[in-house]
Amino acid sequence: MTTGMTGNNDSDPPVAAKAPPEPKAATQRVIDDVLAAYPEKLRKFRNKHVKPNDPSGTDKECEVKSNIKSRPGVMTQRGCAYAGSKGVVFGPVKDMVHLSHGPIGCGQYSWGGRRNYATGTPGIDNFVNFQFTSDFQEKDIVFGGNKKLAKITEEISELFPLARGISLQSECPVGLIGDDIESVAKTQGEALNLPIIPVRCEGFRGVSQSLGHHIANDAIRDFLLGTKEPMVGSGDYDVALMGDYNIGGDAWASRRILEDMGLRVIAQWSGDGTLQELASAHRAKISLLHCYRSMNYISIHLEEEYGIPWEEYNFFGPTKIVESMRRIAEHFDDSIKEKTEQAITRYEPYFAEVQARYGPRLAGKRVMLMLGGLRPRHTIGAYEDLGMEVIGTGFEFAHKDDYAKTAKELGDAVLVYDDPPAYELEEYAKALKPDLMGAGIKEKYVYHKMGVPFRQMHSWDYSGPYHGVEGFAVFARDMDTTISSPSWDLFTPPWQAPSPAPALVGAGSDV
Amino acid sequence: MSESAVRRADSGNLDRTGDALRVLDHNELFGLEEYVEQHAAKREMEAAPSDEEVEKTLAWTRGWEYRERVFAREALVINPLKACQPLGAVLAGLGFAGTLPYVHGSQGCVAYFRSHLSRHFKEPVPAVSSSMTEDAAVFGGQANLIEGVENARALYEPEMMAISTTCMAEVIGDDLAMFLGTAEQKGALPVGFPAPFAHTPSFVGSHLTGYDSMLCSILSFLAKDVNADTEADVEAGLSFGPPTGARPRINVLPGFDPYVGNVREIRRLLDQLGVDVTVLGDHSDSLDSPADGQYHLYPGGTPLAEVAAAPEAVASLPLQAFSTRRSRELIRDTWGQPVLDVAPPIGIRNTDALLMAVAEATGTEIPAEVTAERGRVIDAITDSHPYVHGKRIAVAGDPDLVLGLLAFLLELGAEPTHILCTTGDAEFERAAYDLLGASPYGAHATVWTGKDAWHLRSLVLTEPVDLIIGPSHLKGVAREADVPLVRFGFPVFDRHHLHRYPIIGYAGALNLLTWIVNTVLEELDRKAPDFGLDIVR
Repeated sequence: MTTGMTGNNDSDPPVAAKAPPEPKAATQRVIDDVLAAYPEKLRKFRNKHVKPNDPSGTDKECEVKSNIKSRPGVMTQRGCAYAGSKGVVFGPVKDMVHLSHGPIGCGQYSWGGRRNYATGTPGIDNFVNFQFTSDFQEKDIVFGGNKKLAKITEEISELFPLARGISLQSECPVGLIGDDIESVAKTQGEALNLPIIPVRCEGFRGVSQSLGHHIANDAIRDFLLGTKEPMVGSGDYDVALMGDYNIGGDAWASRRILEDMGLRVIAQWSGDGTLQELASAHRAKISLLHCYRSMNYISIHLEEEYGIPWEEYNFFGPTKIVESMRRIAEHFDDSIKEKTEQAITRYEPYFAEVQARYGPRLAGKRVMLMLGGLRPRHTIGAYEDLGMEVIGTGFEFAHKDDYAKTAKELGDAVLVYDDPPAYELEEYAKALKPDLMGAGIKEKYVYHKMGVPFRQMHSWDYSGPYHGVEGFAVFARDMDTTISSPSWDLFTPPWQAPSPAPALVGAGSDV
Repeated sequence: MSESAVRRADSGNLDRTGDALRVLDHNELFGLEEYVEQHAAKREMEAAPSDEEVEKTLAWTRGWEYRERVFAREALVINPLKACQPLGAVLAGLGFAGTLPYVHGSQGCVAYFRSHLSRHFKEPVPAVSSSMTEDAAVFGGQANLIEGVENARALYEPEMMAISTTCMAEVIGDDLAMFLGTAEQKGALPVGFPAPFAHTPSFVGSHLTGYDSMLCSILSFLAKDVNADTEADVEAGLSFGPPTGARPRINVLPGFDPYVGNVREIRRLLDQLGVDVTVLGDHSDSLDSPADGQYHLYPGGTPLAEVAAAPEAVASLPLQAFSTRRSRELIRDTWGQPVLDVAPPIGIRNTDALLMAVAEATGTEIPAEVTAERGRVIDAITDSHPYVHGKRIAVAGDPDLVLGLLAFLLELGAEPTHILCTTGDAEFERAAYDLLGASPYGAHATVWTGKDAWHLRSLVLTEPVDLIIGPSHLKGVAREADVPLVRFGFPVFDRHHLHRYPIIGYAGALNLLTWIVNTVLEELDRKAPDFGLDIVR
């Protein structure tokens, strides 16, 4: 089974050009070809996780199996529950100290990589770019780490007096050695008069980052939510912005839209978020959910416990932005609906300009995506607003409901893959020949070697924001920058290029 | 409409000049008035400390009393410059041809190792996990290991798998030797398939330890038969027996080397002496391969047969000591091969010493070209010395890189002041103080072993320096101290391509000199008054 691939998009036409009448069958053939070389057990397993899309969502044959254990040794792109809890949900909460409790690595590798932007003074009231760890040594494994943990909470409180709380992000060993961190959290919380949240996000729990999100949501629910009132009183237009981690300023760009609509965002979960916002979100009139996968849990709880409705929304690209704005406005009175329409009117020339500038350059370009739990479906509208087509998409850790939502957004027979091993994704890319690949840092350089333009769509490739009105321009600019880069044309040195057919001239030539 | 509303409607983040359209992204967008206002308004909702409280606390954290508390810490570690064992094991595996690093344990670890190394090298980093989950915590990971090696072989067709462990596997006591034996019995691994393994608990040592353990296992596995000279070896020219006129061969151990340029440089340098080199392990291709339109899973790497013949080289030359302890022991005690005891060849005298040690061991001479190259770098040093002389410098990183850099800085007349080595030990500290004590320029230095970047912050805020040299994570400290940061060591995430250049040898010294002096000059210019913006420096 080879892993080489040519990035030369000129040689074979894309699959669609010679597709038989049954597009789903053609996609299935691509899948079958790629999986053919797997050991039988793995082939059977993977076959359930990758399907041609059925937009109606009714064809059982096209249902993608998801959210189960990865097979060993296949090079899954998934992470673990610690990543879902510390990296995704808790990490962005800027005025709490998040302790990576266990050996040094987990905290080290998740130090500063995620670009969940936050205002504040680093080390004083903003700790997002810090690595706090208990640096477990052998003796902690043997004798337990609770004594050390208690001391750590004291040192945090002493050295960071303006930290509003501490979260204890459990790494694998904590659960395995049976440390009772809950008791330390309780005792020390009382002694220090500081919220200390024990979070059981050991990496071996669950099958991916996903359970980590759930554990984190539950920890916030159990220890923080409902314990404070909003600083700004109560208003009819108070909303909670959930599931936006402010990558490159995404949440700020989204907040601006909601404020233009006349709404007041009293809590951001959790990009540029604070303990206060986690604790007081139950006073919102509605929770607006961007990343469904990582925060549906708390939204459902807010509804069940406090009667607060929730509305999923999508601020990627003009079509989804406008649709979402109107759907959100439906929950409010005419004054909000009016402001919403006014805002839309103001945005329209702006959107038109971006589309006029970048649309012609990007029209017809074909995109493959592979990301975490939201963006493989949520960004489809933004690509389509630029005339681009998503020809394959899939998730690391989505669940059944995510795939059901995805199906509606994609065309018939589009390739959908769940937790694809690195090899498999490369083979699909070879078959489909996208003009652009959107995935993460672990994929980026693979596709660059192949000459396939690539944009990181977790970290925005150190750009952003991509949410919201301004985000659409940044997104369009970046997709154009990479697809248009002249560097892709440099790959083949002239002495290796196929020579043109010689012109046959002269007497005796036999053309 | 108010002006700010007009602004939003009209320009947002689109900056129009004539026909050009410049899009303002996160670098500038949030400095616009509307976002400054948004942030101020949000702060009202955050139960944030007052500006006065923040200022007062900030001032306090920059002082001596806070420094003392920071150093009085017993338990909390903040911004350490240390990673865990299996990261090193993965790097070691990537040094060998056709080798897939396989980490037995939780899958999140492998995702992290791959992204961490990719961010530094800007290269793909293949590695697989046995994806152990909760049931494996109860029953042990044998089934995972066995299925994992089978799948990995089928999908990625490695010639060898370098197997290490995550802390989960270590805590539950998984026995790799036993599991691998069972894997062979069940046919998941062909008998004799190269699968060297090392137990790499993340709660012991650091990434340097893991590198060493994995390397030692690989060397021990592949060079099993250190005495027999097979016919195949002789035919392949890999057996050297008594000197026959062929070029002498040295094994080079780069250690946990974040500079792929170093491996290329040592080959080039020793080639000039007429010495052939086997690099154990060579990650200079796997972590710096060409963009040629194809993704090659296993570019380069030390051919496995070369490792098998390595015991017959004249000597082994480690470029790092702290990431090769066990490997050196293996070479010295089991292979019975001399290990040249040289300092990391960073700077002029360290390079001199390495060349002389190699020349002596191999019976070669240092040619005129090398002397000339050395002379050119000395010349460059004399050109630049005024801008480095007397500069107080904070240095941070892993022990070998730090010791090498210290030696070079002292040669330049710089004054290393605060030396931070989270992964250092007593041996490192002794070596550092020996070096510093031998030069008047080292008189003001203090070595901080086992400390972290939050310690360093207090050091540079209470005892200021002119320059910090170390990894990217120190940029916040550098900003607060208002001094430049020269990126050095591992990881360097926020500057590009420095790792493709050597920092060893004379060429490496020139690179380091260039980066350091031009950073000083950049800073001079940035702070210069108009009359002092000299054209010539």
